Amino acid sequence: MNTTILLFLLQDGITNGAIYALLGLALVLVFAVTRVILIPQGEFVTYGALTYASLAAGRMPGTAKLAVVIGLVAFAFDLYAMRKTLHAPKIARAFALHVAFPVVVLLASMWAADQRMPAGVSLVLSLLIVASIGLSLYRIVFQPLAHTSVLVLLIASVGVHLALQGLGLLFFGAEGQRGPTLLTASATLGSLRFTGQGMAVYGITVAFIIGLWLFFGLTLYGKALRATAVNRLGARLVGIRTTLSGQIAFLLASTIGALSGILIVPITTLYYDTGFLIGLKGFIAAIIGGLISYPLTAVAAIVVGIVEAFSSFYASNFKEVIVFTLLIPVLLLRSLAAPAVEEEKD
Amino acid sequence: MRERWPLVIFAVIVAAVPFIPGMPPFWIVLLDNIGLSALVAMGLVLLTGVGGLTSFGQAAFVGFGAYTTAVLSAQYGVSPWLTLPLSLLVSGLAAVLLGLVTVRLSGHYLPLGTLAWGLGLYYLFSKLAFLGRNDGVSGIPPLSIGSLKMLDPGTIYFAIWAAVLISALLTMNLLDSRTGRAIRALRRGHIAAEAFGVYSPRAKLLVFIYAAVLAGLSGWLYAHFTRAVNPTPFGAQAGIEYLFVAVVGGAGYVWGGVLGAAIVVVLKEVLQSYLPLLLHGEGQLETIVFGILLVTLLQLAPTGLWPWLTARLPFKPAAKTPDTSIKLPARERSAGTPNVLLQVDNARKQFGGVVAVNNVSFDVQAREIVALIGPNGAGKSTTFNLITGVLPPTSGNISVLGKAVGNAPPQDVVKLGISRTFQHVKLVPDMTVLENVAIGAHLRGHSGALSSMFRLDRADEAKLLAEAARQIERVGLGDQMHQLAGSLSLGQQRIVEIARALCVDPMLLLLDEPAAGLRHMEKQRLGALLRDLRAGGMSVLLVEHDMGFVMDLADRIVVLDFGTKIAEGTPAAIKTNPEVIKAYLGATA
Repeated sequence: MNTTILLFLLQDGITNGAIYALLGLALVLVFAVTRVILIPQGEFVTYGALTYASLAAGRMPGTAKLAVVIGLVAFAFDLYAMRKTLHAPKIARAFALHVAFPVVVLLASMWAADQRMPAGVSLVLSLLIVASIGLSLYRIVFQPLAHTSVLVLLIASVGVHLALQGLGLLFFGAEGQRGPTLLTASATLGSLRFTGQGMAVYGITVAFIIGLWLFFGLTLYGKALRATAVNRLGARLVGIRTTLSGQIAFLLASTIGALSGILIVPITTLYYDTGFLIGLKGFIAAIIGGLISYPLTAVAAIVVGIVEAFSSFYASNFKEVIVFTLLIPVLLLRSLAAPAVEEEKD
Repeated sequence: MRERWPLVIFAVIVAAVPFIPGMPPFWIVLLDNIGLSALVAMGLVLLTGVGGLTSFGQAAFVGFGAYTTAVLSAQYGVSPWLTLPLSLLVSGLAAVLLGLVTVRLSGHYLPLGTLAWGLGLYYLFSKLAFLGRNDGVSGIPPLSIGSLKMLDPGTIYFAIWAAVLISALLTMNLLDSRTGRAIRALRRGHIAAEAFGVYSPRAKLLVFIYAAVLAGLSGWLYAHFTRAVNPTPFGAQAGIEYLFVAVVGGAGYVWGGVLGAAIVVVLKEVLQSYLPLLLHGEGQLETIVFGILLVTLLQLAPTGLWPWLTARLPFKPAAKTPDTSIKLPARERSAGTPNVLLQVDNARKQFGGVVAVNNVSFDVQAREIVALIGPNGAGKSTTFNLITGVLPPTSGNISVLGKAVGNAPPQDVVKLGISRTFQHVKLVPDMTVLENVAIGAHLRGHSGALSSMFRLDRADEAKLLAEAARQIERVGLGDQMHQLAGSLSLGQQRIVEIARALCVDPMLLLLDEPAAGLRHMEKQRLGALLRDLRAGGMSVLLVEHDMGFVMDLADRIVVLDFGTKIAEGTPAAIKTNPEVIKAYLGATA
């Protein structure tokens, strides 16, 4: 192997790894706060990517309508839950969150699809659409199940994954799509070419990791989220609304998922079902990070990306086998070092 | 035999179905698929619902079973009946290898780990040349008995459903046994079970292998049913779907697996054939609806449909009270009765910088009730954990009957005749009082998984249950014997723990706050019981906060404060000890 290939593979691996790191971080976040293992994370990726590509191509994405529909359902759930105590401010908040927000975004994207707006506008709209979907999904699916076991939440999560994937096919068709790059500039350093898109990937990943770190370390909401993660009941007793924590977690996760999708759709062609596999690789990183540690997850994700890049060069047939069995030695190490297993409390 | 009637009736119905005149052949195909899926789900019931180990990888084990027979029978002409044990063996061996790596993982690691190797194996199936890559293996011979070839879905139906019924019977037998109780304690009470000699990792591996072998059996049948295999049905999607089946039906119930399989297979079929007609849509409409229905179902019945159904049945199965005249032989004791049963010598336990137990020494003599008291955080429960092997001491010696215990795990400590209760009650809430208490007698039985499955353990089992029933009567909970442990009051649950500890036939009983949550009369009864035990030759070491209770009962009292022993002596001496008064009431008092 010569240095050029080595460097190229490393670069490729780090770019992919950065995306896996973002997804891994989101998975850790959601699991820690809500105990949901977020299988639909992959769908957030595809939805974000394909919504962005559609908007950029001047097509109206079906996801914007979906956001309105499930927003209405979520609002209905909220109304039903509040039927005994109808407080106007609470209703107004639910209305703003689940109805007004997606409707405004829908109107904006209808307008933007006609105008052929710059990539930045499509990006923001796509993020908003997927964020709204994530928020309402939490209300409909996971908030009513918040008290159940991790297994039930997991199965519900799979149900959401199936439904969203089916809808993805309906909205975007079976053909793959690519989106426009965010940054067209590029620079060459030695034999390596750094594209603007690659730089955007690195920059946004690092920004997000630092942002999450600041959010959890310094803000009250971040601390509330961490408190919910450690002890749900205790958090409620000191006045933290665990529902709000769940909403924030899902909002962040869906935004991060969509963003990851938007970052890679200019580099690789995405299909309606590609997200699942990408999400799973984020999982691998998250598991290596123990579903707890953010920095470890980020490092693990880079490793996953590099292993993937090298195995696709040397044994492309066995790329997926290698990536997924990478987990076995990690699990082995973890099981050797595992502390006494706690009992399930549900 | 009476409790088996529903199974017999179900078997007769299943056998009669193909002979119903006008039965559409397509329905038989559906029933075949239900049976195949039910086999895998049944394994998952044991693994996930009962044992608490969630696996997304079961489809890979189905693949091992299917590919083993496919390659051997289609390419090497081996008879399918010979490949059956081989298929099961290959799935079982794969489970041993993957299980050794994965079952020790806790909580969420495990499902994700299984998802990962499930995917890895799927890609392996689809890339290996000798498995035919993505095309798979075709030309698999049908099952045949003599000249009868099971070519059409109607004949292999009998093979599939015989396998389902036999597996269900064996699984139910397994759950209702000594090994079964150990498995059922995995999810909610394995720390307590380990204190009574159960090896949880071994029980976990056992259910893991059991579930894999059932999946392998399903794979073997599948290969000879479709007579061609390719990697698609063994991927992650299928693995997820098997888990669905179990959860929808009721993951804690053997028949939940069968019910779930029926619901999911029929639902998918209905959705696939009618939905496109109804909506004229394209794409995967059925997956959308399927996903939505699943979420709805989980919100309405999170424990699955089987318990929902059985709760609505007009009749309840009658519980059998064990015949208490059957005697369980006493635990083997070393000859002679030395005076010192337990010697704690300079025991120390540090958690980082915190010294929870600071060089504490005391002993417990034969026929003696010793109380360990002290304010909260004094290190009493930690001392208990050191004695029973739950925690290894940082330094110091603990010896039982003159033999150093060292770092022996709880399973070995209980063999020495030391049994305990827990400060925070550790019972399996969804098992009856009788079953919970019978876990205490675990080491006094010897039947393993195989003999339980084939009901060769009944004599052994009757003795264990009789002993459990005797101890329940002894502590005065005879009327609650068949209630679920979780339905009892906290005080009663503590008493159940004492009965369980007594099932060990111990020489030394360790009780951690046994009187907490008891009413006055119940405390008096407990005191009488403990005196009775002492008269019978047993020693008791107890932690307790109720001073009246302790002063009345104990022969000797050891007082701890901030991990350090500050006093030891008779109740009368302790009552007037200035150090003790200071520790309890503060310096100025």
